[in-house]
Parts: sequence; C-alpha cells; structure tokens
Amino acid sequence: MADELLRVENLEKHFPITRGVIFQKEIGRVRAVDGVSFSVERGETLGVVGESGCGKSTMARCIMRLLDPTGGKVIFDGQDITTLKGSDLMKVRRELMMVFQDPYASLNVRKRVGSIIGEALEVHKIGTAKENKARVQELLDVVGLNPEHYNRFPHEFSGGQRQRIGVARALAIRPKLIVCDEPVSALDVSVQAQILNLLKQLQRDFDLTYVFIAHDLDVVRHISDNVAVMYLGKIVESAPGQSLYERPRHPYTGALLSAVPIPNPDVARARKPIVLEGDVPSPINPPSGCRFHPRCPRFQPGVCDVTEPELEAKDTGSRAACHFPLESWPMSDLRLPADQVAAGT
Amino acid sequence: MPLLDVRDLKTSFKTDDGVVQAVDGISFTVEKGQTLAIVGESGCGKSVTCLSIMGLNPHQNTTTSGVAMFKDRDLLTLPQDEMRKVRGAEISMIFQDPMTSLNPVHTIGRQLIEAVQLHENVPKQAARRRALEMVKAVGIPRPDARLDDYPHQFSGGMRQRVMIAMSLINNPDLLIADEPTTALDVTTQAQILKLMNELQRDFGSAIILITHDLGVVAETADDVLVMYAAKAIEQGDYSDTFYRPRHPYTWGLLSSLPRLALGAELKPIPGSPPSLLRPPPGCRFHLRCPYAFDRCRTDVPPLVPAPDDPDHLDACHLDEQAKQRGAEEIVGRMKVGSP
Repeated sequence: MADELLRVENLEKHFPITRGVIFQKEIGRVRAVDGVSFSVERGETLGVVGESGCGKSTMARCIMRLLDPTGGKVIFDGQDITTLKGSDLMKVRRELMMVFQDPYASLNVRKRVGSIIGEALEVHKIGTAKENKARVQELLDVVGLNPEHYNRFPHEFSGGQRQRIGVARALAIRPKLIVCDEPVSALDVSVQAQILNLLKQLQRDFDLTYVFIAHDLDVVRHISDNVAVMYLGKIVESAPGQSLYERPRHPYTGALLSAVPIPNPDVARARKPIVLEGDVPSPINPPSGCRFHPRCPRFQPGVCDVTEPELEAKDTGSRAACHFPLESWPMSDLRLPADQVAAGT
Repeated sequence: MPLLDVRDLKTSFKTDDGVVQAVDGISFTVEKGQTLAIVGESGCGKSVTCLSIMGLNPHQNTTTSGVAMFKDRDLLTLPQDEMRKVRGAEISMIFQDPMTSLNPVHTIGRQLIEAVQLHENVPKQAARRRALEMVKAVGIPRPDARLDDYPHQFSGGMRQRVMIAMSLINNPDLLIADEPTTALDVTTQAQILKLMNELQRDFGSAIILITHDLGVVAETADDVLVMYAAKAIEQGDYSDTFYRPRHPYTWGLLSSLPRLALGAELKPIPGSPPSLLRPPPGCRFHLRCPYAFDRCRTDVPPLVPAPDDPDHLDACHLDEQAKQRGAEEIVGRMKVGSP
C-alpha cells in the first residue's frame, strides 16, 4: 500500500429492533452495513454507488464516527479510530469532514454564513477571531462566493450557492478526508456540474481525498478513481473507475448501468434496457446466499441461494462477488448462457 | 387537430414583493399518443405551466391569460364545476413525490375506488374491479391483497405505480407527469418509464412530461420544449433538441451532463437563473450566456423558426453561422459520450 489514507475492514452496523418498553428485548436487526471492506489512497476519490437503502449513508456516518460501528475497523491515516473517545477522537475529527446531501437542511437557518463556516475553527480552537474571519472570507472566495456575503443568512442563497457554503465549511479546518454524501443530487444539472468542477479543483489544490457517495452513476464516473457498488449492506463489485463502466462483472452492476438514461436519443432508443424486477429486499432478513439472487437474471438454484459469493479479484482488475460473473459487456440479456447452465459450474 | 393546443399562456402571481411572471407567453401543442417533454432548471415555470392548464393554481393571487384548447373547450375559461369533471377523468396528473400525493389514512383501494366513483356512477363492486385491474396493469405483485394496504406499506417505486394506476384509471386523454421519476432510484426509474411507455401504447394517452433530466427526455419524448426563466427558448422534436440544438442554454444543459464529458472537464452554465420578480432586460439568459453581445442586453429575442425547419423554434439573437457552429461542437462531443 503506497499511501493509504483510509482503510475500512469488515465494517458492520446493525441497528437493533426492540420490543417492550422496560425490558427491551431485541427481536431482530437491521443489517444496514454488513461487512464492508475497502481502502482509499491519499489524493484519490472512491465513489460509492447503490440504490436507496443499501447502506451507503450509514457507512459514511460510521467512517465519520457519527455512528458507532457494531463491528469491524476504520483505520484512518494509520490509526484505528473505531473506538477512539474524547480528546483523541476530537484530534481525528480535525482531519475528517463531511458534505451533506440537502443544502437546505444541512445549514442552520438562524446562523450567519460566516459563523456556519467558521464553527469548526471555533470548536477546534484554531486561530483568533480575527484570523478566523479572514480565513472564512478566503474560503468563501475559494468556493466561488463573494467574501462580502460573510454576514448573510443561508436563505439568501440559492441551492447551488448553499452547497458551496457546505463545501467551504468542510474545508475550514483543512481536513485530509472529505466524505461527500450525495452532494449534488438535490441540484439542477447545470449547478451540479459547477459543484463537481469545484470539488475536482479543490482536490487538486488542497490534496484532498474523497469518499463520494451518490446514486447517479454518471456523476460517480466523472469524479471517481475507484468505484464500489453496494447492494443491501455489502459491496458487490469494486473496480478502478473506467473499467467498472466498460466491463462490469456483477449482474447488479450491469443492471444499474443499463438503467441509466442515456442523453442521446438514437442510442437510448436503439438499446433494450435490462429492467430489474422488484425492489431491494429488507435488510432485516436479507436473502440467503447471494443477497441479489431473488432479483438476479442469472440466478442458479442450489448455488446462489446457498453459498454467499466472496468479493474476489477477476481478470479485468475488478473485484466482484458473484458465482457467475458477466462474460462480456455490453449485454442485452443478462441470463446465463445455456452451456454454462448445463455444466453446472 | 391537436389534442391540446396552448397559445400564449401567461401566468403571474401577486406576492408581497411584487408581481412574479412565472409563465410568460408559452405556446405548444400535444397530439394524441405523443409525449411532450418540458425541460428546464427548477423555478423556470415548467410546473406552473401545467398547473395553469389544470386550473390548480391558488386563484386568490393568480392571473392567467391565453388559450388552452382541449377537445373544443378552452380550459382556462371553463367554469369550476366543468373543470372538476375534466380533472382526473380526461386529464390527470402524476406528481413528483409519491409519498405526499397519496392520502396516508386511506387504503390505496379506497383512493382508487374514489377516483372512479367521482367521475362515473358505478357501484362500488364494479369500481373495485376496475381498481384491481389497474393495479395489476401497473405491475404491483399480489394486487388483490395490496388493494387493502395503506400507502406507507409500499416502497417509493410501488407508490409511484399506485399514482400511475390512479391517474390512468379513468382512461384519460392526457396525462401530465411532473417529474415522475426524480425521487426514484435508477432501476426503479427504468421500471416506471417502461411502464409509462407501455401504458401509453395500450391506452393511447398523450403525455406531458416535466423533467430536468435530459436522459429521461432522450428515452421518452417526441417533442421537447426548453424553458428558461418563464419563457420558451427552444422548441422542436427530440432529434432537433439533441442533434441540432440552436440555443446557447440548450447547449449549456447538454454540456453539463457528466455522461457527455467523459474524462473531460464539465462545462457548466455559470451562475444561477435570475429572479422572476425582476428579470433582466433583453434576453433573460444573457447574464449567463458566453455568446452574449450588446443586442442581447437590450432586445428580447423573439421565438422564431429555423430557416430550414418551420417546426424548430428558438429565441436567440446569434446569427445562423454561430448557431450551426455551437450545435456542431456539442453534437461532436455527444458522439464521444455514447457507450
């Protein structure tokens, strides 16, 4: 590992479901994140994609230690931060920041922009009030806002500008890692492109590392070096950016890719999209074996519903958790070729 | 004769800060069995256009003018009780958020039956059979049992299917879908779009699709209307919009798409849309337009047809050569972006 900044090992977050008021008996668990491992190198962007409810945001919150993982490890910059407490945790928090999805809900409406951005500086007791004001104004400038707007309230800004404020806030304490949880999904395409460009430029200028969570595959492709696809609390495929899109191995990745509308009518109308049936199952009782098997067009009884596939390296440089990975791409029909079914691999 | 013929639609709201002209002279037609997509950034007036046609704007502070001919009637001057018969029966609407547009305290069966009985004098049993058929048609598993479930027992995609079932249950001639898939995941979005296409084929309804996603437009639309700051800035069929775009705003929308900029820098439209309380003089896009020149700042460009295509309209002062060049550049990039 050349220069690994973040390593997540077998991360688990289970939420208990309890019954009873006084003697709370655990009657089940929501397996929101169920054994996720990956690593991110310094200066790199890891994109995480998946449908809603697949555990992307819970994973982000566990990395940030906004939630305490129920299992596994989060190693940040060589240090295990999974169980840190008190002042040790505060020290680590100086290097980790987050940008949230909803630019309307994530800014305190009663505070001025200056104090929203400067809050982290205050919390971590960095600099004097005067220095901090200068720093905040510099940050406003960096993210493309007018430094004079220091004293305005969030409602005076548009959605895109608010998201810039969210980015400035994340930058304030010069973190090493920024976790972006759906930072552009609430924005219009033109504004979305502005924010994506801003994030890319800041990464170059400040040597930032991103974990970038989104459900929009095109957005993730644009910004990420590596991409991980999550399904029901697990990573089903991870690969270097382009190769995931050019040569997906997991049928779920294939189905996701083919579901993305293509903004080119001739191409869009010529292809036959693979439409996945049904919804994501409940993470309370995930399906046995491979979690994707009830929706998978390549499902083979006796294999997929019995043995859980490991996330293993495939010849294309990607890692996929599938017993019957896709042979080629693009495919118009994800079903397993007849000869393979007969062979019973 | 088109099914819906809207001419010079204008809608304004009186607010405490002044008059907001939310729709400013929009004209379009929708043919039977066709899909018209209305595209634009949030706040450009796409939803208000449709709410005006449906007569759903708050009437205390709204002024609407123009004509909306639908089957020989002008919807804008139709009396309230007549309009109520049109809504939900001849024209129905699907909203963006399936969570807030269903009533949480009634079962979906009851809501579907209500939709039938509101417009037709049929016994409850017959209405329930219709509801069941419709729920089956939109692909909800175990329709018989699910009819007695409440909205919270459905997932987002399933709720949107219920909405579609409800809007199609009276076999409307026109379906207005306001961002029907924006709140959904891509896989669910693909399911819903496929469903809408199939139902359109089977029932022959016309659709007005409001969206900001050009990908969805490319998949489904026959005609496209691009709106910016309450005005139509480009209108044509889908291939005009994607392969021969003539307005710099349309170019900007296309170059903002990450799909079309593989590996290259995105070229977003700078800034954000103007306030409709005090729209800028001249062309409303000139503040964000990289091609703007003096005339753009003072003269409002009229919506005029392209020299070679009377059905492709755009509102821009640029000369023919510049428009051709801009279109070529964008389309050149789109080829790179195709998979």
